Amino acid sequence: MPDFTDLLFYGFAGLALFFGFLCVANPLSRSPVTSAMFLVLTIVSLAGLFILLHAFFLAAIQVLVYAGAVMVLFLFVIMLLDLKEEERRRFRRFTVGVGVVAVGVIAGLLLQTVLKAVPYSPTSMVLAVGATRPLGIILFTQYLLPFELLSLLLLVAMVGVILLTKKELK
Amino acid sequence: MHATLNHYLVVSVLLFSLGLFGVLARRNLLVIYMGLELMLNAANLALVAFSRYNNNLNGQVMVFFTITVAAAEVSVGLALIVALYRKRQTAHVEDLTSLKL
Repeated sequence: MPDFTDLLFYGFAGLALFFGFLCVANPLSRSPVTSAMFLVLTIVSLAGLFILLHAFFLAAIQVLVYAGAVMVLFLFVIMLLDLKEEERRRFRRFTVGVGVVAVGVIAGLLLQTVLKAVPYSPTSMVLAVGATRPLGIILFTQYLLPFELLSLLLLVAMVGVILLTKKELK
Repeated sequence: MHATLNHYLVVSVLLFSLGLFGVLARRNLLVIYMGLELMLNAANLALVAFSRYNNNLNGQVMVFFTITVAAAEVSVGLALIVALYRKRQTAHVEDLTSLKL
């Protein structure tokens, strides 16, 4: 008999896959805006899965950074570029065929690996990791240098973006 | 049936395949980018699941870093797409064939 968290897992996983499918291959709409909206829903479903995995802080980050900042950026750029033309073009049979074959091979390989692995017994999941406090402690002690480098990376990205989007490069 | 590590990994694999399919089959640069984001998210899900079932926080720190790098990567990539659109008036990979022989 599955308990409530398992039902939640199946719900969130199904929603994430369903919305993900609508994001990449929506049969009703080719518009990038539709894809972006379904990507937001996929990301929110994934945040639900993170909560089920007791990664509360990452779930919050996922919603704030991905569903908030990144997707707003996506929508801004979509609005900025006038992409009406996209809706007229259909899938080409050749590219879809190649895509299906490549994806099938990779998914088959990965699934075979995952399903052959010995499943963890439920006794190995008794401990609750993922509260924000231990994550913060490990982030600011063991991973302090990568953390600071990451802020440098964000600065570099910001300067690069400003430079790239200037009207004319000198 | 209880949700085990393998369940989460199967979801991750399927999500990754969807993203890959989006990258291969779609022709719009922005949607290709969304496929990339989907693949990154699938990897994040696998990392969080491993972190949970091995009772080890390193996976979650890795996901934290991945999300930050993904944000930086998206901003730079979208800036490149905007610059490209200014130059060529298109965001469609079939129109960008100047490197083709």
